Amino acid sequence: MKIINYSSLVLVGLLLIYASLGLPYRGDTEALVNKEISLIGTPVASSYYIQNAYKDTNTPNIVTSILGDYRSFDTLGEEVVIFTAGIICFLLLSRERKSETK
Amino acid sequence: MKQSSDSPIILLLSRVISPYIMLFGLYVIFHGHYSPGGGFQGGAMLAASILLIRISAEEKVYELQFKKSFDIPLGALGVLIFLGVGLIAMLLGGNFLDYHFLPMDWMPKADVRAMGILLIEVGVGLAVMTILVAIYDNLLEDEDA
Repeated sequence: MKIINYSSLVLVGLLLIYASLGLPYRGDTEALVNKEISLIGTPVASSYYIQNAYKDTNTPNIVTSILGDYRSFDTLGEEVVIFTAGIICFLLLSRERKSETK
Repeated sequence: MKQSSDSPIILLLSRVISPYIMLFGLYVIFHGHYSPGGGFQGGAMLAASILLIRISAEEKVYELQFKKSFDIPLGALGVLIFLGVGLIAMLLGGNFLDYHFLPMDWMPKADVRAMGILLIEVGVGLAVMTILVAIYDNLLEDEDA
């Protein structure tokens, strides 16, 4: 049984390595993900960000301008998730609540 | 943790290191426009500087640095800063979180958007810092009793 486990692990690893050989190189201008126009003829969002992020927001860091400006609703959701985790810890673990129930 | 560490060396060392971690956290938040970083990372570093004092000192000492009762209210304030910036932009005629419409007319529109990003990063940093500290405080509360 152990042999089957390990051999399947090795097989999946080899499969992943084989699949990674087909990936485009980083910064390859001919790769499909880096084209300005996608396969079905629509403009790709990332090329808009690269061309216009500095002009729109005057922020040299594109990552910050995407996370904070273009996709700020997503960042708001992340912050609310963290706040919810803190509130849950407070409600479940705080001492005052436990002494009330006892 | 029933008792904090008795060693004065640990307390002295963490008292020396903690302000520098805090300063670097503030740098990461406010320099997020130009270098890697932002609210989440900087908030985690601010929380690290506060938790270092909480681990090494006793309650009487670390209450001087950051009170336990401020945890959740300041976290809520951080979320409200973010929501408030979005709502102000919406009330002044734009979409939700559209920083173009923030009331800062003395700057060009691109700078207004940069300021909007800075405001929400401050809100995110405040919320992350206080919530991480709040989770630590609430987890340890029962053992102290």
